[in-house]
Amino acid sequence: MLRRRRGAGKRAWLCFLAPSLLGVLVFVCLPFLDVVRRSFTTAVTGRWTGFSNYRAVFENEAFRLAVWNTFRFTAVCLPLLVGLGLFVAVQLSRLSNNQRFKTMFLFPMAVPAAAIVLVWKMVFSSGGFLNLFLNRMGILADGVQPDYMASGAAFWVLVFSYVWKNLGYTVVLWLAGLSAVPDSILEAARVDGASQWKCFWRITLPNLKGSLYTITVLSFLNSFKVFREAYLVAGSYPDKSMYLLQHLFNNWFVNLDLDKMAAAAVCVGMVLFMAILLLQRLWDRED
Amino acid sequence: MRRFMRYLILAALGILFIAPVFLLVSGSFMSRWELGEYLGPLESGEGFLRWAWFPMYPTFSHYARLLFETPQFFTVFWNSMKIAVCSVGGQLLLAVPAAWAFAVYRFPFRRLLFTLYVALMLLPFQVTMLSSYLVLNQLNLVNTHWAVILPTACSTYPVFLIYRGFSSIPGALLQAARIDGAGEWRIFWKIGLPLASNGILSAVVLGFLEYWSLIEQPLAFLEEQSLWPLSLYLPEISLSQAGYSFAASVITLIPPAFVFLIGQDYLEKGIAASGLKE
Repeated sequence: MLRRRRGAGKRAWLCFLAPSLLGVLVFVCLPFLDVVRRSFTTAVTGRWTGFSNYRAVFENEAFRLAVWNTFRFTAVCLPLLVGLGLFVAVQLSRLSNNQRFKTMFLFPMAVPAAAIVLVWKMVFSSGGFLNLFLNRMGILADGVQPDYMASGAAFWVLVFSYVWKNLGYTVVLWLAGLSAVPDSILEAARVDGASQWKCFWRITLPNLKGSLYTITVLSFLNSFKVFREAYLVAGSYPDKSMYLLQHLFNNWFVNLDLDKMAAAAVCVGMVLFMAILLLQRLWDRED
Repeated sequence: MRRFMRYLILAALGILFIAPVFLLVSGSFMSRWELGEYLGPLESGEGFLRWAWFPMYPTFSHYARLLFETPQFFTVFWNSMKIAVCSVGGQLLLAVPAAWAFAVYRFPFRRLLFTLYVALMLLPFQVTMLSSYLVLNQLNLVNTHWAVILPTACSTYPVFLIYRGFSSIPGALLQAARIDGAGEWRIFWKIGLPLASNGILSAVVLGFLEYWSLIEQPLAFLEEQSLWPLSLYLPEISLSQAGYSFAASVITLIPPAFVFLIGQDYLEKGIAASGLKE
């Protein structure tokens, strides 16, 4: 009797994991293998073509543009969001009651992309609030009204909407990290005469390293979702400066360029997987 | 003085963050003429738009039109509801036990599988779009709501969120329960679930907010407009029907805002827990 139960205990993990694993295998992993196979064949006849799809993808101008934009977007947004999030979190942690502020910063998460499109149009088009504001401040001369969505500035609109949407999430993560920094050490340092800045730089920051991994991973995850706003505001072919990989994949899908899509999906998947392994390696070294 | 400045900066930033909501709400109560006058410059490209935080002649006409004269809107609303609720429900059924398995048991390839899960959670939809489409096509599910629900229900993100909650449960507690003769299922049900409820509820809230505004999946897998969720229907309304669009936006905003305000506590605790190293 006892032995049987122990045996069941050993296999219990399988019962808990199986449904999810099955779903992941059926809907993602196995079809992805099929996509890998397809990336080496032609779309219509299914003939083996070796690496020619990959060559076509890398020679594709739109692909290069999209990769560059996506990379640039990530490189600008991640540090900006993580940094700004930390700044706001530190300010909030010094308030005695910050609940109301947290609600304010988190609320954009609840605002659906579709509902915000109208607002972005009102703010960023040529007759919009931003130009109105700049004009009243005397920064823009009368008659000069750039349309932000139709110029290189579209990229920054995207950055703004990403930060707007995700700052609250990041702030909450940082606040959790900040509250885990032991007060006793800070107290001791202060008694020893360390300045507030020094306390932050030498004690708080090193203690926050652990939070950084999750914050980076989750901010990265959310950075892909900015496509929603981009797509809804500017459609399938937006200004060049905000043409992301997501747009490209979407357009290939609509145009049934499945062979190119397969090859590009394999490339992007591999790059991301490598990035994750690297991040995890760094994370493990912390332990 | 410093305190005051801090308050001022935070308040300014906070107001900037929620201003869009007030914009939508005030716009939804404005008459067509008022809106036409305010938003005219957007269409013509000359001059600037104007705005009033309180409508001159408040009206419910847009809401009335939406709720009583547009049966289509109800269909779309329920499509969204169905997709969001079913996706979140499916996620719970799959992700909670999976997170438990990762957190509590030691089994072969555990680390590798968990890395795979984290990697899959980070893959943007576009990368797996083709593979999902191929399967859904095989299963004859394209152009049904299941095409959206099933793949999202298999998302691995909630596993990551809930995992931390489970792994903070001390192993000694579980061992004690085992010695007292509790089965694995009972331990999961009576000890695991209650102790990780914050993480689970935060996954529910996040999931709902996320799936309420799905764009990519329905765009790729639903051809028929009658199956579309609100998030696709809303942008179709042109600026010339601004009042209608404002009212529809506000109604779209209500369910997630409601879920957010009820669940904010869990959401915060869950997010916070997911960020801490054990």
